Amino acid sequence: MGQIIIDPLTRIEGHLKIEAMVEDGVVKEARSTGTLFRGFEIILRGRDPRDAQRITQRICGVCPTSHSTAAALNLDSAFGIAAKIPGNGRILRNLILGAAHIADHILHFYHLSALDYVDIGALGKYEGKDPTLNSVKDFITRGELGPFITRYNDDFRLSQEANVELAARYLKAFEMRRKAQEAAAIFGGKLPHNIGIVPGGVTAIATVDKIASFLWRLNELRDFIDNVYLPDVIKVAKAYPDYLEIGAGCKRTLSYGVYELETTEADLVRRKRLFKNGLVSESLELEPLDISKIREEVRNSWYAEECAGKPTEGKTIPTPHKEGAYSWIKSPRSDGRVCEVGSLARVLATYVGGDPRMRELVDGALKEIGVSAKALFSTLGRHLARALGAKFIADSMPAWLLELKPGEPAYIDYEVPEESEGMGITEAARGALGHWIKIKDRKIALYQCVVPTTWNASPRDDHEQPGPIEQALAGIKIKDEKNPVEIGRIVRSFDPCLACAVHLLSPKGTEIGRVQVC
Amino acid sequence: MNKNVDEYPVIWLQGAGCTGCSVSVLNSVSPTIKNVLIDEVIPGKHVNLRFHPTIMAGAGELAIEVLRDTQEHRKGEYILIVEGAVPTAEDGVYAVVGEEDGKPVTLLSRVLSLGANAMAIIALGTCAAFGGIPSGSPNPTGCRGVMDTFETHNISTPVINIPGCPPHPDWFVGTVASILIGGLPEPEELDEFDRPKLFFGSLIHENCPRRAYYDERKFAKKLGEPGCLYDLGCKGSVTYADCPLRLWNGGVNWCIGNNSPCIGCCEPGFPDVVSPFYAKMEEYLPQGGEK
Repeated sequence: MGQIIIDPLTRIEGHLKIEAMVEDGVVKEARSTGTLFRGFEIILRGRDPRDAQRITQRICGVCPTSHSTAAALNLDSAFGIAAKIPGNGRILRNLILGAAHIADHILHFYHLSALDYVDIGALGKYEGKDPTLNSVKDFITRGELGPFITRYNDDFRLSQEANVELAARYLKAFEMRRKAQEAAAIFGGKLPHNIGIVPGGVTAIATVDKIASFLWRLNELRDFIDNVYLPDVIKVAKAYPDYLEIGAGCKRTLSYGVYELETTEADLVRRKRLFKNGLVSESLELEPLDISKIREEVRNSWYAEECAGKPTEGKTIPTPHKEGAYSWIKSPRSDGRVCEVGSLARVLATYVGGDPRMRELVDGALKEIGVSAKALFSTLGRHLARALGAKFIADSMPAWLLELKPGEPAYIDYEVPEESEGMGITEAARGALGHWIKIKDRKIALYQCVVPTTWNASPRDDHEQPGPIEQALAGIKIKDEKNPVEIGRIVRSFDPCLACAVHLLSPKGTEIGRVQVC
Repeated sequence: MNKNVDEYPVIWLQGAGCTGCSVSVLNSVSPTIKNVLIDEVIPGKHVNLRFHPTIMAGAGELAIEVLRDTQEHRKGEYILIVEGAVPTAEDGVYAVVGEEDGKPVTLLSRVLSLGANAMAIIALGTCAAFGGIPSGSPNPTGCRGVMDTFETHNISTPVINIPGCPPHPDWFVGTVASILIGGLPEPEELDEFDRPKLFFGSLIHENCPRRAYYDERKFAKKLGEPGCLYDLGCKGSVTYADCPLRLWNGGVNWCIGNNSPCIGCCEPGFPDVVSPFYAKMEEYLPQGGEK
């Protein structure tokens, strides 16, 4: 009999397939394939530029707030108002995005990933008196488990007590992520797909009742992050120390930086942000971000060759039957180099960039686990970076709330120009997000988005360099080929915005097992 | 435990969508998502969500087996929930949900085979109901709503449309609860687009707290100003939904409450017939077609 898993939540967003070639129990080669194409760039063409902000949010229902932020920054720059956003608009955007990021971080650890490390089946043997936990025990006892079908995993390493404790927190985390979305909706109107962040600022007016309402949801979230989330990640890291070594991948991270700290700098690369931008390699050196070096390659993607290039030149011409291609995802590269994006990239850029609060935070956690900063380049290093990133933003927000000037406008009006270009770079919880626009005749002539999962789940590029997830899987020892928990743990640590199916292939291509990572 | 609990099998498929509908359902306040999935959401009745492409804990073969088993052995008993539109161009190649016998299976083929054998379908969100954002002009992947797809293939299983981009969690949970309590809705309980009248029975405009401004012809000229948002492109006067009464995210806010014009996200033809979103309605010809 296997163990019972209770997993009532989405564990990966979207549609992704991963093929791993396994020889003598070791992954020789992995391929990452995106299997859904909707053609947003094509749909956006010819529309009113202002509508991009509404439409691009619908690219992803898990990180729509980040898309609305990227779109608003993109349009701000195209409309010539990037340095004119009112102070309240800047702060409210930060608050809406920050609350949404906190919701995403909590969801990613507890609901998308924790079940790879925590045996929730332990609740079937629960003997305590907690009514919530007993309701789950009842559910398990009834035997109709719905999606929570038995999954064999003989690599659970936490004690019965620790499993029960984390299971309870898994349920609590549902409530906390909901409250974080409520906080974001206080100024964002509704979530998912907020209506508040627009080019020019934010439509909401900050009033004292709203500020207080936000603050007290935030306080509850900070309490959860400090006393539950971060300690739980550290607990898991201590129980699974090998995952602080494996799954590193390309060991080069790229961050655009996020959360605006000033309103007068129009250049987003130079603008002061809470999380810094830049590339960090294994030697822990910070290299400046150079947007002009970012290029998307399409040799192994189902797009016509002319779709390669800088995002501002990129085209989207689907060719679903292209010979040799294996993904709907393009391969973005910085100066031809493979880069990983995510909270890890943000935390590293800020840490290596010398932010004292970030240094204290990261060093403290690393010391508690007993590892060096290099351990951050790993499966559980990514989770630790997300928890630390959540704390860093949550701790920054109370001061921002108090900085708001109640009742003052958060929005500035503008004219849509006849012709213009724009760029909006920011960060989704799962990594660097960029939008680019060209406007002609007051209409969208070109709109391109390079999303985090495009970086992380990219297929091989023009030089056959595998993408970050593909690299992270290469060389991994698989204990049981029919239940490759190792692959699930590594792929999920990237929080791909896609549903994954993992196919295990023998070197000759014969399928020896098939597992859906979801 | 020997409690007698009726299990209602549910299969949830995702197509050309963004998972926003799933995320919105997670925001359900009372009942909570835990109540919906674990507890008897109606006493003696349990929603047995057997398949959610991204929830499935088990192996792929096991997951696919659940689909086969439900389709064959629970024929006519299960509810199929579809989130996302159905891409139909190029035989549906633009969305693939798993494989059978080593070959990719399109969402189109899954929706047709599972739909034909279901008790009913809930088309959740505007994409599944009417095509939504991915069907926006020029609709590069031939996206269509479920009912539209069924009509082409002569499938007559009842479809309940719960649009919204995303739909409010109450609309979904309330519809499921009503099926658990009283069975499928009677025709008179649905509007002409097969939306439950309970939630989609009146225009945003009819219940809008800014209605008095409209009646007095006081119109906001800029986002953030008081006044009716009609001139700023508000589509509340052509959009059926109870947002102004129900409010969103635990009641903290809603679109117009946030000084933002309604974008008409519950209507057939969204986004094209209700955009440009910031343009006053009589002053534009909607994208891709007639007004």
